[in-house]
Amino acid sequence: MPLVCEAGRAGLSLGGGEGAEGWAAALGRRLRAGDRGAAPAALNLVEDRSPGGREGAAALLAEVSPTALGGEAPAHLVGVTGPPGAGKSSLLAELVSAWRARGRTVAVLAVDPSSKRSGGSLLGDRARIDHDPADDGVLIRSTATAGRLGGLAAPTRTAALTLASAFEVVVVESVGVGQSETEIEELCDTVAVVVQPGSGDTLQFLKAGIMEVPDLLVVTKADLGDVARRARRELEGALRSLGAAQTPVLSVSSLSPAQGIDELVAAIDAHRTGLDVRSVRVRARRLAAVSAFAAEHGERGLRGLGGRRAAERVVAELDPGLEVQALVAALESAGRGTR
Amino acid sequence: MGETLPHRLPEPDRPWVMRTYAGHSTARDSNALYRRNLAKGQTGLSIAFDLPTQTGYDPDHELSRGEVGKTGVSIAHKGDMHRLLDGIPLDEMNTSMTINATAAWLLALYLVTAEENGVDRGALQGTTQNDIIKEFLSRGTYAFPPGPSMRLIADTIAFTVDEVPRWNPINICSYHLQEAGATPVQEIAYAMSTAHAVLDAVRERVDPATFPRVFGRISFFVNAGIRFLEEHAKLRALAELWEALGRERYGVTDEKYLRLRYGVQVNSLGLTEAQPENNVIRIVLEALAVTLGRDARARAIQLPAWNEALGLPRPWDQQWSLRIQQILALETDLLEYPDVFEGSKVMDGLVAELVEGTRAEMAIVAEHGGAVEAVPYMKTQLVESHRERVARIERGELKVVGQNVFTDAGPSPLQEGEDGGIMRVDPEVERGQIEAVRRWRSSDRDAGAVAAALDDLRLTAREESANLMPATIACAHAGVTTGEWAGALRDAFGEYRAPTGVSDAASTSEDGSLVALRERVEEVSEALGRRLKILVGKPGLDGHSNGAEQIAVRARDAGMDVVYEGIRLTPRRIAQAAVQEGVHVVGLSILSGSHRELIPDVLRYLREASGGKNGSDAPTVPVVVGGIIPESDARELLAAGVARVYTPKDFEITRIMSDIVELVAWRAGAPGPTAAATLAAPPRVAPRL
Repeated sequence: MPLVCEAGRAGLSLGGGEGAEGWAAALGRRLRAGDRGAAPAALNLVEDRSPGGREGAAALLAEVSPTALGGEAPAHLVGVTGPPGAGKSSLLAELVSAWRARGRTVAVLAVDPSSKRSGGSLLGDRARIDHDPADDGVLIRSTATAGRLGGLAAPTRTAALTLASAFEVVVVESVGVGQSETEIEELCDTVAVVVQPGSGDTLQFLKAGIMEVPDLLVVTKADLGDVARRARRELEGALRSLGAAQTPVLSVSSLSPAQGIDELVAAIDAHRTGLDVRSVRVRARRLAAVSAFAAEHGERGLRGLGGRRAAERVVAELDPGLEVQALVAALESAGRGTR
Repeated sequence: MGETLPHRLPEPDRPWVMRTYAGHSTARDSNALYRRNLAKGQTGLSIAFDLPTQTGYDPDHELSRGEVGKTGVSIAHKGDMHRLLDGIPLDEMNTSMTINATAAWLLALYLVTAEENGVDRGALQGTTQNDIIKEFLSRGTYAFPPGPSMRLIADTIAFTVDEVPRWNPINICSYHLQEAGATPVQEIAYAMSTAHAVLDAVRERVDPATFPRVFGRISFFVNAGIRFLEEHAKLRALAELWEALGRERYGVTDEKYLRLRYGVQVNSLGLTEAQPENNVIRIVLEALAVTLGRDARARAIQLPAWNEALGLPRPWDQQWSLRIQQILALETDLLEYPDVFEGSKVMDGLVAELVEGTRAEMAIVAEHGGAVEAVPYMKTQLVESHRERVARIERGELKVVGQNVFTDAGPSPLQEGEDGGIMRVDPEVERGQIEAVRRWRSSDRDAGAVAAALDDLRLTAREESANLMPATIACAHAGVTTGEWAGALRDAFGEYRAPTGVSDAASTSEDGSLVALRERVEEVSEALGRRLKILVGKPGLDGHSNGAEQIAVRARDAGMDVVYEGIRLTPRRIAQAAVQEGVHVVGLSILSGSHRELIPDVLRYLREASGGKNGSDAPTVPVVVGGIIPESDARELLAAGVARVYTPKDFEITRIMSDIVELVAWRAGAPGPTAAATLAAPPRVAPRL
């Protein structure tokens, strides 16, 4: 297969320089200028694992790096996670329309599990997010985990950071495995854990310290009344005993007419106020780079660098304005140096 | 001859009510069709409505495009209903209406039409289908969320039991469950569970003294497949379970209320596109299933036409099906004997098996919290059964003559006519209906009265304990349109999307061709740089999602990432999803006959969305289409830029998949299949996409 990225394969010529890399860089510049129409093609490239795709992605990402942007992308990166069946998608549908009503552009990255046996997946989350198809202020992209643990797909971090240059809110909805929410916490500015009344798992995970205390807890199905109120009280109790009484617990209902959504939007906004976005993003990029390096080169690659911690130290010393691919490249050259 | 013989009836039974499921285009056209059908000896009416009427949209709504007057008649207001029933004596007629989400509305239009013609409500006889659970499970013409939908059903029942006492306010449908792949046990278990949920909901809204009469007004609409002895046993089992439900759960004692009453349309799922003339034989045998034994004989029958897998049947095709009924009832000796299966070991054994299986399955539904709560469970079970059925046909274990065995046949002379053996609805009908409804809204009614009636409807909707029928009838009187009535209730109740049932469907059993295909998907994905991603979409209002679901599940099992959003998507939304999701191929499924309008729309939006700058007519993402698509239409679609068209003849899904994979590989310039991964056979695939 010749070295062609999506642009070459699609037979498109979008200008902006010669060849695939020029096309990729042009996509990056369009995103930087706020052209959201460039987002789907940019995501195709970010997901592309072929050598050509990786080169294209590097050219794209360079154009939306903090260095190119002159600072961190202003988007709010919001993580939504929680056990399956908690009502994440329905809640997200309400949130998306609330953000759109406030004039904010929204990108949603929905992650679903892949079938272990076939490697394929059924991605159905976008069905539940009702939106006007003529509205280019909403983008929904579904990806499958392809067997990865951790709740995100391999390209999700890079995808989120890329979209942050063109959308005002970027939501990452994880598989919701319940316990391994580390990746989404590393990536997002604000993480909301969604729980439904009557399922005690989240409560137990919190109490046992298996799960870190999230930025926000959302109890769905407020329409159930007492059960929902009790769930909220129990979570508040658990948070108090963990010394995290200030963590907001919100109650919402996605049934028409939805309740509690405005309060949730306000709480998400409030969390971001006062957050040191730059340090959150720098950390996110660095951890994404180590993760991408590990996905590409495996445990052996990490050992070549002296282990995961050592890899994290390598990237910590690099320019904080570098984007993920550049950090991965630096890790790769460090790996070659030590061999 | 006063002597009675145990093996003969003193007098032959009267024949069942004979109907033909009919209606198309405008109210005027359908009225003419009904009059002709009655003249041919039909003894009742069965009204088919178009999909916009069934889902509560006016002809000029975006989602109505391509669907107006297609699968039935378009009824937008009482003026249309008057024209539809013109000259038909409503006090003598027995009218069945296949209407569900908007049943309360169409019933109101019928009542108002009768009233304005001077016919008393008490004289009206007929049926509104009005079973929403099976719409969530199979047929897809729902409009409101489950809670308010159940309330509408309960309200129509509570209203009619006193006001229109000879009306059957609900026909609980096992029919569509079989069409969705249900086994006999699933079919009756889910229908009985639905009955259960409906009766519980009505019990809260009527006086306890009235309740036995409510029980007596519930009727069923069943299916009968080709295994006609087992199918007959199924109906006997249903009768036994129904009586037990009445006695045990609801304390009904009056024998006449405890008797199962059912109407039937026999199976369409098993009708083939290949050698379609054979379908007549299938239909006759299936009709035996519901007429052979007197103890479980249908009260009303409508039969499908031989050419349903090809397109919409013509009046002549429906006449042929009516003649089947007339010959069965009038020429044979079927109606002269008591129950012919009484004391049969085989029949009793089959019934016992089915009753036991059904009770077990009903217990599982009950554990999920009853039929409403168990919709996702039942949907998954149906997708699963259908997957298994399709796989058995593909493997040749389930024999279908003309399709997977004895496929060599001469050309059918039945398809030689100029129309290709099917009916075509004039595309001008849609434009005419759009103009007509706009005229109606602007000049034919009192705007103040319309606004007041709709305000009152909204208020009533918000008051949970109020019955919606009086406000609905007031809307009908005032000249409110179908879209306005449903729109007001959508405002009050919210929109809803039913579960697709695909995510939890078990994997297809591993056979050689699937494993080889999976290898090939890996290889092509490698060349693409990311996993092969497909969007399976159902444009328009057609809710028959079985085919699309099977394609989605098989694509996943072949190793693809599959975006499936369920039914009722606008072409614009499908195109947007295809672009945003970055899919490599789009697969569309349509069974309602609206492909000539909707598919070109999808292609156009895709071209616009992908920039349309490559100067070619073909959209950047290849589009394949499956459905009931006549050959001449298929040629037009291919000329318009569709890459492949699959029809019910193409029943092997793995082959369809392999064809699609090669299409993507070819379009992407990926290398052709290696020897090891080569799959035998050219493109050709899929049942009832």
